[in-house]
Amino acid sequence: MADKVLMKGNEAIAEAAIIAGCRHYFGYPITPQTEIAAYMAKRMPKIGGCFLQAESEIAAINMVYGVSSTGHRVMTSSSSPGVSLKGEGLSYLAGADLPALIVNVQRGGPGLGGIQPSQSDYFQATKGGAHGDFHMLVLAPASVQEMADLTVKGFELADKYRMTSMILADGTMGQMMEPVSLDYDIKPAPEKPWATTGTNLEREHNITNSLFLSPEKLEEENFKRYNRYKVIEENEAMYEEYMMEDAEICIAAFGIAARVAKNAVNEARKQGIKVGLIRPITLWPFPTAPFKKAVDKVKGVISVELSMGQMIEDVRLATECKVPVTLCNRAGGMIPSPEQVLESIISMNNGGAK
Amino acid sequence: MNYKRITILCGHYGSGKTNIALNMAYELKEKHDNVAIADLDIVNPYFRTTDSAEELKQKGIKLIASKYAGSNVDIPALPQDMYSITDDKTVHAVIDVGGDDRGALALGRIMPQIENENDYEALLVINKYRPLTPDVTSTIEVMAEIETAGKFKFTGIVNNSNLGVETTAEDVLSSQNYADGVAKATGLPLVATSVSDKLFDELSGKIDNLIALKLQKKIN
Repeated sequence: MADKVLMKGNEAIAEAAIIAGCRHYFGYPITPQTEIAAYMAKRMPKIGGCFLQAESEIAAINMVYGVSSTGHRVMTSSSSPGVSLKGEGLSYLAGADLPALIVNVQRGGPGLGGIQPSQSDYFQATKGGAHGDFHMLVLAPASVQEMADLTVKGFELADKYRMTSMILADGTMGQMMEPVSLDYDIKPAPEKPWATTGTNLEREHNITNSLFLSPEKLEEENFKRYNRYKVIEENEAMYEEYMMEDAEICIAAFGIAARVAKNAVNEARKQGIKVGLIRPITLWPFPTAPFKKAVDKVKGVISVELSMGQMIEDVRLATECKVPVTLCNRAGGMIPSPEQVLESIISMNNGGAK
Repeated sequence: MNYKRITILCGHYGSGKTNIALNMAYELKEKHDNVAIADLDIVNPYFRTTDSAEELKQKGIKLIASKYAGSNVDIPALPQDMYSITDDKTVHAVIDVGGDDRGALALGRIMPQIENENDYEALLVINKYRPLTPDVTSTIEVMAEIETAGKFKFTGIVNNSNLGVETTAEDVLSSQNYADGVAKATGLPLVATSVSDKLFDELSGKIDNLIALKLQKKIN
């Protein structure tokens, strides 16, 4: 087992990013993701990389814009209120079709909220995150290993589609420690002929820009972007199914909620209730296929979330409201217990819609 | 273990200080009436000594912790009653210090009194399976940073090399060379090797000064 190391989720993200070739990190400290910056501050100078603590989240995201324009892999990380501050930059990155990795280790909100774990930035992450028509690829890890794996995947997808990938984790994922294996076969980043790397007087200037003087041209850019999103929706949705083969009740949960839900599924199975779990790993694109498949077999879906119910809307869309979809949740930094989820399962099994 | 009046636990971030501190406090309580555990962690927002407040209360162990620990107040606050550790000479105390040099800063404030009394042990907790302390050199680097920030010198080492729930007896055995190496290079005694209570029987007799840890409850 010597090839494994014991890491915090936040550290795993940082080390995986370095392995993926990221040599530029810009950020501003905020609990519960500060270990990402702390780790980068220690590691980057030793490998010729750049760690820079910006004067604010807004400055950091604009530094990301700058480095991404030059074609290098770059990232920033923050937690909920800090990600809101980055919103303008996220939209500009989308408007200029620039790849980048953004990490949100969510905490309770709204407002300054608290420092305990939460999943209440689901809407923000999956429905755009700022002004204008755009999406980000949203990846939701449920273990420290996945914090690392999806960081590598996030960089690859960002480069492939020239857009922002977001790791949507939560405070627990960031703070918990688990053994991880960081053995990756890193493919070289794709050619970036659009990057502003100097013309050598051999080509036209490359310009990264999100301002278009002609509305016709701006419209055209939007349509082009959404055609690309269509390809992503068809090809990149990721999910895990657990005990869904014979399930009569389906749980939908991602991240830490999925781990809690899995315990509840195991307990319910012991009591003879046929329940399974669909765990979206990409939140955008949302994996609609397993829900469309499940909807003919299950009597209902329970969305387990650390929010007032956000993913539940995508679950309802995916199931086309053919079966009842109920919510089992805690909010504001609290985590549902396996017992609470089990209660919701028993209630649905008994025909209730709690 | 033979305990001094004050036992200080420091080490690299995530080396396992909190679990060891709790277990040492439980052991001390079996021998002494007046036992306290101090959570001087000014770094970690989650997974702290304070999470075991209920169990400590049941066992009659005094918990010295910032009233903001585990709350939404995100400031590096120290508990006001931390001075009771040095003022009250009848208490046997375990001090759980935050990770790395940043965490050890909190110690600087009370270290002069502790050194003056000179009835303490300052233990460096090490884990070779942490990515930034995989070998003797990197571990000693972290140790030196902690000593500088906390204004003290370590007196012993606890080998807590582990891979969390996946730790095998073999993982612990194969960390012994590393622990011996750190001890040799620093001239400090290896006072204990700590393992999860699940591995204790398997390793008993194979490692000197082996101690079993009952682990703090975590999320599955």
